[in-house]
Amino acid sequence: MKFSRKTLGIPYAVFLLLFVVAPLVVLFYYAFTNGTGEFSLKNLTDFFSDPNTLGTLFYSLLLAMTTTLVCLLIAYPVAYILATSKMKSKPVIIMIFVMPMWINFSLRITALKEILTLIEGNLAFYPFLNSVIGMTYDFLPFMILPIYNTIVKLDGSLTEAARDLGANERRAFMRVTLPLSMPGIISGISMVFLPAMTNYVVLDMLNNSTFIMGSLIGSYFSAHNWHNGSMIALVLLGIICVFTLLTDRGDEKDARTGGALL
Amino acid sequence: MRKIIRCLVPCLVLLFLYVPILILAVYSFTESTQIGDIKAFTLKNYVTLFTREDLRSMIVGTVLLALGSAVLATLLGTLGAIGSFYSKKRISSAMATVNQIPVINADVVTGFSLCILLVVVFGIGKDTYIPLVLGHVTLCAPFVYLSVIPKLKQMDSSLYEAALDLGARPRTALLRVVIPQILSGMISGFSLAITLSLDDYFIATYTKPATFNTISTYVVNATRGSQTEVKTALWALSTVIFVLVILIVLVMNLNAGAAENRNRKEAKA
Repeated sequence: MKFSRKTLGIPYAVFLLLFVVAPLVVLFYYAFTNGTGEFSLKNLTDFFSDPNTLGTLFYSLLLAMTTTLVCLLIAYPVAYILATSKMKSKPVIIMIFVMPMWINFSLRITALKEILTLIEGNLAFYPFLNSVIGMTYDFLPFMILPIYNTIVKLDGSLTEAARDLGANERRAFMRVTLPLSMPGIISGISMVFLPAMTNYVVLDMLNNSTFIMGSLIGSYFSAHNWHNGSMIALVLLGIICVFTLLTDRGDEKDARTGGALL
Repeated sequence: MRKIIRCLVPCLVLLFLYVPILILAVYSFTESTQIGDIKAFTLKNYVTLFTREDLRSMIVGTVLLALGSAVLATLLGTLGAIGSFYSKKRISSAMATVNQIPVINADVVTGFSLCILLVVVFGIGKDTYIPLVLGHVTLCAPFVYLSVIPKLKQMDSSLYEAALDLGARPRTALLRVVIPQILSGMISGFSLAITLSLDDYFIATYTKPATFNTISTYVVNATRGSQTEVKTALWALSTVIFVLVILIVLVMNLNAGAAENRNRKEAKA
C-alpha cells in the first residue's frame, strides 16, 4: 500500500469509534431496554417518577451551583489581583496556585478531611457545607487559571482609555474589564460545574451520605443494574450536552488542556 | 489599605490550599494517629509506606499504568492528529468532534459506558487489565490530540514538500521533518496524559481488576476503613508526592528560565 499521511489517522479513528462512540451507543441501548432486551421506556419513567432520583438531581444541581459560585467569588479576585499586579514573577506565583492540581485529589481531600474533623468534631453535622468546601478545595485552581489567563492577556490600554474618558475605577472595571474577562469566567464555570455534579468521591470521603448524580451511577453499578444505571448516565450526558452548548464559545475549547500549564 | 487587600486575598487563598497538605506533612513525621495531638517524632510512616506490600504494589501499579497508558495515548493521539490534519475537512472535523466527547464527558459516564461495552457486552474480564488500560487511553488520547493539532497548524507545510523534493521518502520526511516540529506538543500531551491517569478515580473503579488498586481507589477505600497504620502511611505518601511535585515544578521553571536566558543572549549576540 502506498504510504500516505492520511492513513496514519486510521488507528485513532477506529479507536474513537470503538471506545468513544460504541460505548455511547450501548449506553443508549441499555437505557431503553429492559432485562430481557425488549424496548422499554420504564427506565426513563422510573427516573422521572421516583422522588429519590429527582431529589438527587436537584440536590446535585444545587450543590454544583453553590460550589461554582463560591469558586468564582474566590477565584476572580485572586486571578484579577495576580493578573494586574506589577510583579515580575507572575508565572511562578500562578504556578503556586495551580500546583495542588498535580497532587492526587484523594490525598488532598484526605488532608482536608483531617482538618475539618479537627475543626468541626464530627463531619456528619454539616454535610452540604463540607461538600461545598471539599469541592471548592478540589476545583479552585481550575477556576483561577482560565480567568487569570484571560485577564492577563487583556489590553491594559482599554482600561486606561476608559479612565481617560472619565469613567471612575469602579465603572471602568464593570464596563471594560469584567465583560472582557467573561470568556475566562465561562470556561472556569464549565470546568467546575460539571465535575461538581458528578464527582461523588469528594462527598463520600467527607462522610456526606447524600447522593448526587454521579453516586446514583455508582450505586446502580454496584448493584449490577446496567439498565437504570445507563439511564442515569444518559440523563447526565444530556445535562452535559446542554451545558456545553450553552457555554461553548469555540475559542476556549482547550481550557482543560491549558489547565495543566504544560 | 488597597495594597493590604491586594496582598491579603491571594495569601488567604494560598493558606486554604496549602495548610491541610502542610499540616498533614508535619503530622506524618509524628506518632500521632489524629491531627491535633502532638506526639514524638518518628519515621515509621515512611518505613511502612515503602515496606508494606499492598502499599508498594499500589504505588508501582499506578505509576506503571500511567506510563503505559500515556505512551499508548501519545502514539494514538499523535498519529490521529497527523492523519486528521491531512484529511478532508469533513473527516477531520468529524474526528475533532468525536475527540471532544471524552474531554467534555463526565468521567463517571465514560467509565460506566466503557465498562458496559467491554465487560457486560463483550465479556472481557476485568482481570485481564484490558478494560482498565483501554479506559485510561480513552481518557488521555484526546488530550494528546488536542496538544498536537495546534503544532501541526503552526508548522510550515512547505518544509515537508521540500523534503520530498529533495528526495526524502514520505516516511523519512515525516520522521525527520514533521515529528521534530510537533515534538513539543507530543511532550505536553504525554505529561498531560500522565497527570490525568494519576489523578483518575472513576474510570479505574469501573474497569479495574478487583485485586488491583490505583492510588486514588486505594485512598478512597482506606478512608472508609479504620486501619490507622494505613491512614498515617498515606499521610506520608501525600507528603512524598507533594515534595515530588515541588521538585518537578522547580526543575521545569529552572529549565524555562535557562532557556529564556539563552535566547536573550543569542538575541544580543
